[in-house]
Amino acid sequence: MKFQNPRQVYGETLLELGRENKNIVVLEADLGKSTMTVLFEQQFPERFFEMGIGEANMTSFAAGLSLTGKIAFTNSFAVFAAGRSFDQIRQAICIPGLNVKIVGSSAGLSDFGDGATHQSVEDVAIMCAIPNMTVLVPADGIETRKMVRKMVEYDGPVYLRINRHDLPDVTSEAEEFVIGKPGLIREGRDFVVFASGIMVSRALAAAEELAKENISVRVVNVSSLKPVDEESIKKLAEGVKGIVTAEEHSIIGGVASMISFVLRGSGIPLIPVGIDDRFGQSAHNYNELLEEYDLTSDAVVNAVKKLNGKK
Amino acid sequence: MTVTELKKIAATLRLDIVKMVGVGQKGHLGGSCSLSEIVSVLYFYKMKHDPKNPKWQERDRFILSKGHAALIQYAALAEAGYFPKAEIENVKKLGAMLQGHPDMTTTPGIEGNTGSLGQGLSMACGMAAGLRIDKKSSKVYCIVGDGEIAEGQIWEAAMTASYYKLDNLYVFLDMNRLMATGPVVERYDTNPLIDKWKAFGWHVFDIDGHNIQEIIDTLEKAEAIKDKPKIIIARTIKGKGISFAENVAAFHNGELTKEQFESACAELNKIN
Repeated sequence: MKFQNPRQVYGETLLELGRENKNIVVLEADLGKSTMTVLFEQQFPERFFEMGIGEANMTSFAAGLSLTGKIAFTNSFAVFAAGRSFDQIRQAICIPGLNVKIVGSSAGLSDFGDGATHQSVEDVAIMCAIPNMTVLVPADGIETRKMVRKMVEYDGPVYLRINRHDLPDVTSEAEEFVIGKPGLIREGRDFVVFASGIMVSRALAAAEELAKENISVRVVNVSSLKPVDEESIKKLAEGVKGIVTAEEHSIIGGVASMISFVLRGSGIPLIPVGIDDRFGQSAHNYNELLEEYDLTSDAVVNAVKKLNGKK
Repeated sequence: MTVTELKKIAATLRLDIVKMVGVGQKGHLGGSCSLSEIVSVLYFYKMKHDPKNPKWQERDRFILSKGHAALIQYAALAEAGYFPKAEIENVKKLGAMLQGHPDMTTTPGIEGNTGSLGQGLSMACGMAAGLRIDKKSSKVYCIVGDGEIAEGQIWEAAMTASYYKLDNLYVFLDMNRLMATGPVVERYDTNPLIDKWKAFGWHVFDIDGHNIQEIIDTLEKAEAIKDKPKIIIARTIKGKGISFAENVAAFHNGELTKEQFESACAELNKIN
C-alpha cells in the first residue's frame, strides 16, 4: 500500500497551481514549514504573505486580497484556522461568499505531542455551521491533490482539513472528485460505514476483518461534509442492517451528526465512532492517542458486531 | 468641487442620515455625522470611482471599518448616484438593499462586509497588497473609530501595513471621543493615539476632521509619503451638525423623537 503525506501533497499542489494561476496568493501564520506552504513561498515570494502569528488579521487580510480578484489560501493549524479566526471567516468571508480558502493543517489529534490546545476536535462542526461554507476532509494524498485543485475551480469559501501524518492511499486516482459527493470505497451488503479522513482506511481494515466472519461491510468516504448529496447518502445506506460513522472529530457536528440527520426517519440503527465530546491530550505517538480515543479499526469492528447482535 | 460645495454636500449627507434614522427607530446617528466632511471629501473630491460602473477596475477603494456608521456611506453612495435616493427610505427594512451594516452583496458601491469591529483595517491592508501585486495605482481608504481600536486585530493590521510598506493605504481615525457607553477617556481609554500609531511604523497626521480644506491638504501631503502607511487622526464631534446630539453618547445608536427629528432637519436645511 502506498503512503503519502497530505500536507506534503498540499504544498506541492499549491505550488503547481501557483505556476498555472497567477491569481493564487498564499498566507501563512508562521507555520509554513509544517503546513508546507514553504514550497510556494520559495517559488513565488511576491504572492506569499508571512502574516506572523496573527491568524485573525491573516484571515481578514485574505478577504481583502480576494476583493481584488485573488484566490487566497490561509494556512494554520486547524484548531487556530477554524477556532481563532471564526468571526473573521464568518463576517467578511462567508456572509459575502468571498473566494478565500481556509486550510486547517495538523487537524484532529494528529499533532499528538502538543496536546489539547493544538488538537482540533470541533473544527468541522464550527465550519459546517457557517452558511455559504464548503467543508472538505480528504481521506488520503490522492484526494488531497484533487480537492486543492477543485477548491481553485470553485468560486467561494472552502475549509480544508489536513492531517499531519502519512496516510495510505485508499481512493482511486481515476475517479473525479466532486464537491458534495460521497465516494464508495468498498462494496458490501450488510452494513455501511460512513467514514472521513484517517478513519476511511481504518474502516477498510475493519471491513476486511469482518469479511472473514462473513459480514459484508460497505465503506463510504464522506469527504465532503458540506454540502452533501443527501440522495447519494440515502442510496448508499439502502438495504443495510446498520450504520457506523467513523471520524477523527467530535461525534457532535461532524460525520455522525450529518449522517444521522440525512438518514433521520430511516429506522436504521447507527453507532458513531468518534471523539466522545472530550478534548485531546499529549501522547508520545499518534497511534497511542488514536487508541485512547477509540479511533481504530477494532472500534469499527466492534460497532458493526454490536449492530449485528453478536456482541 | 469647491470647499463651499463640499460643505453643502456634507450638510446634505447629514440630512439624509437623519432621514434614515427617522423617528422612533434606533440608528447610528452620532458616529455617522462625525464623518460627514471626511466622507464628502473622499466621495466627491478625492476618490477615483464611477457610480455607473461600481466594479471599475481602476477605482479607489473605500472600507468603512467602523461599519456601524453605514448611514454616512449610504448617504454618500445615494448622493453620488450608485442607487436611487429613494432607497434610503427603506434602510433596514426586511429585504432592503441597505442593511444595518455594509453588505457588498446587496448594495452597489460597498467594497466589503464590515460591522464586526476591528476587521476592516485588515481587509483594507489585503486590498492594498492585492492592488500592488497587480501594479494598480488605485488607493485604499479606510475609516476606523477611536472606540474600535480597542480591538486587538487593529494592531495586528497596523503591524502588517508597516511591515509590508503599504503606502497606497490611507486611514482616517474618527476621533469623536465617545464610545457607545460614554467618553473613551473614562470608559476605556485608547490614547495616546499619535504615539501608538507612530510606534507601529505609521506616518501620523493630526487634524480637525470637520475642516474640509485641512482634510484635502492632508491627503495631498500624505500622498507624498512613500514606503509607509498613513493615518490621519481626525478630531471630530460625535453627532456633529445636530446641536442637541453633539457630544452626546446616547446618540451613538439612539432614537429621535418627532420634535428632535424636525429640529435636526430644520438645522441642516438652513445650511443648504
